[in-house]
Formats: sequence, structure tokens, C-alpha cells
Amino acid sequence: MKRAFPILVFLVVAFLGYAMYQALVVAPTDQLQGNVYRIIYYHVPSAWTAFLLFGINFVASVVYLMSRNAKADTIALVGAEVGVVFCTVNLVTGPIWARPVWGIWWTWDVRLTSTLVLWLIYLSYLMLRRFSTSGQTPVLAAALAIFGALDVPLVYFSIWIFRTQHPQPVIGGGGSIDPRMLHVLLINWLAFLCLAALLCWSRYRLEYMRRELEETQALEALLEPRGSL
Amino acid sequence: MSLFAVTRATLAKDLRLEWRSKDAINSMLFFALLMVVVFSFSFDPNAEESRRIAGGLVWVAFLFAAVVALNQTWARELRNQVLDAYRVSPAPANSLFMAKALGNFVFVVVLEALMTPLFIMFYQLRALGPAWQLIPVAALGTWALVVNGTFFAAISIRTRSREIMLPLLLFPFSIPALLAMVNATTAILTGELSARFWIVLLATYDVVFTIACLLLFESVLQAE
Repeated sequence: MKRAFPILVFLVVAFLGYAMYQALVVAPTDQLQGNVYRIIYYHVPSAWTAFLLFGINFVASVVYLMSRNAKADTIALVGAEVGVVFCTVNLVTGPIWARPVWGIWWTWDVRLTSTLVLWLIYLSYLMLRRFSTSGQTPVLAAALAIFGALDVPLVYFSIWIFRTQHPQPVIGGGGSIDPRMLHVLLINWLAFLCLAALLCWSRYRLEYMRRELEETQALEALLEPRGSL
Repeated sequence: MSLFAVTRATLAKDLRLEWRSKDAINSMLFFALLMVVVFSFSFDPNAEESRRIAGGLVWVAFLFAAVVALNQTWARELRNQVLDAYRVSPAPANSLFMAKALGNFVFVVVLEALMTPLFIMFYQLRALGPAWQLIPVAALGTWALVVNGTFFAAISIRTRSREIMLPLLLFPFSIPALLAMVNATTAILTGELSARFWIVLLATYDVVFTIACLLLFESVLQAE
């Protein structure tokens, strides 16, 4: 496993480089926005990847509550952590794109607001994991993850109604995308997925070793001959 | 003992404790009073415009004040290992949860009943829409805060710096409920839009999360 890691890193970096070449050179320039639009190849795949990872977090949490399998808990943790990273990429690239195109950094439209709330929910999940004492963390975190998954549709729906009640300029709107652009977008998403898988895998390994170390230390503490007090 | 009997006994105990000490209600009231005063500095409270922001203001004050009571919910049971005794007792976990949630509901409703006249007085509030709708909004909104708050308080009691943890968990998860409460209240106060949709949304939120709390509370209480 140790030997496979550098090879995988090399492959993922090469793939990301190829995807970047596709995004910056091969993909056609947008008629209206010019080259600025190319940030879409980072903005959109990061959002899709984050949503996928949050979904994995939910499924793993349910599995953990049913089976109390420590692996499921680690997968849930890793899914949330890497998901928050990709969600952050999405939230950072959003305003960078919005400023030249819309003229504003941020608008409280339904997708932006619900992505922000989603990010906040998973951040609070990670906070709980950070603050919780070790033994009970998995159960508490799994319960919270289920609450988060229940909250997401309510968040989206409520903000959607909130924003449609208040008229505001239509942004983005429904439009078709050039098939070549879609092609590059999918290549980039695939590259992002590979990167996410690599990050999750190495984070999973790290967490696994951390737990093993903790167990070993606990055992050693038990086996240690009691000195005279 | 049946589910109902345990709920009633625990609720009666909590209400009696609160009636004698008045810890939670006093600190909540003082906190909310401070917020009324501080908010009044940030805008002109007598302007017609204040009607539009009053809904948000009232609910933010109640939310922050409610956290004071919610934090005390389980902390009280840690003394003398009462919570551990609950764990080993054959009493159903959900009746304990319902008793705590109902107790918090009573505290926050009392707070709202005492604070609403003050808000009306200080901010010259007058509902231009159907004022009776404020009652279901208040009831459903309070339950939305309290049911999740009681559950999250049971989680945060297990963490380091538990008093800080509760709002960090409760606020992001309560955003849809807060949005519904604030908009329903604003709709009623300004009389411009119908609050019906928001009341339905609040009811949905309440049903979904009450069921989720009841399904998951036992695992959280017994988490080792």
C-alpha cells in the first residue's frame, strides 16, 4: 500500500493536468463571458463531488447505527471531511466567477444559500467530532449526520420558496451547454472524483492507523507492570 | 411504568425544580430583555420599517434565550449521576426525552408570553394581517427549536466545552425552521403575504424532526 500511494498520486496529478489542459485550452471560449467562464470546470465538479461525498457520509452513518461497524464510522468521517473541502472549493470559486459576470460577489439565491447552509451543517458535524470525547463520538456523529440529511431537503425547499416570493433578477437561468463544454466538464469531474478518492483513501488510512495506535497504547498501558506508588 | 407515567413524573419533577429555583426562566428573561434594548440601538424602533424586521428580531431573541434553558436540560441530571441512573433504569428513553422537550417547551412559551408585550410596547408593533395566526406560528416554531435543542443538548453534554457546542449544532440545523418562523411572523405583521405556507412548512419540520428524535434518542442516550 505504501508503494502504491506515490504511483497513484502521480496518476491523479497527471489526470488533473490533462483535465486542466482540456479546460483551459481545448474547451471553446464562451460567446458571452469570454474566458472567465472556464472556472466552471472547477466550480461545478467540486459541487458534484461534495454532494456525492455528503451522500456517502449519510449512507455510512446509517450503516454504522445499524451495524456498529467501526469501518462505516471512519468512512462517514472521511466523507464529511473531504466533502467539506470540495464544498469550500465550490464556495470560493463561486464568488470569483460571480464578480466579473454578475457584478456582485454573492447573491442570496437558492442554490448559493442552500450550498452555504449545507457547508455550515457539515462543518458543525466536524466540530462535534472534534469536540466529542472519543468513545461516544461515532454514535453521536451518526445521529447528527442523519439529522443533516433530513435537513437538506427542508433547507432547499424553504429557501426556494423564500426566494421565489421575493422577485429578483434571474441569474444563470436555464440554458443549454455546448456538447464540447459538457465533455470537458465531465473529464474534469472525473479528475476531481479521482482526487477525492485518493484523498479519502489516504485519510482513511491515516484514521485507521491513528485508531490502531490508540488501541495499542491503551493495551500497553494495561500491560505495563504497576510500579510501586 | 408506562411511557406516559414516566413522562408525567419527569416533567412534574422538572417543572417543580424550575418553580422553586426559577434559574432558567430568570436568566432567559434577563437575556431577552437585554436583546430588546440592544436591538433598539441598531435601528429606529418607531419607524414603519421596523415592522419588516421585527419578525426576525423577536425570533432571534427567543432563539438565543432558549439556548440558556436548553443548556440546563441535561446538565442538571449530571449532578449525583442521575443521568447514569436513567440509563440503567428500565424507564423508556423516549419518555425521558419527551418530558425534557415538553419542559423546555413550557419554559420557552412562558418566556414568549412575558416578552411579547414588551416587544409590542417598545417597538410599537401592530399586526396588519390576521393576528391569531401568530399563535400557531409561535407554538410550532417553539416546538421546532425545543425538540431539536433538547436532542442536541443531549449530544453536546457528552462533549468538551458543552455550553459552546449546543448553539454550534442547533443554529445551522434550525435554519429552515427559523426562516419559516421569521417569514410567517413578518407576513402576519405586515399583512402583505399569506403565512399559511410557512405554517405548513413549520409543521412538516416539527413532524420530521420529532420522529427523528424519538427514533435516535435511545442510541444517543446509551452511547458508550
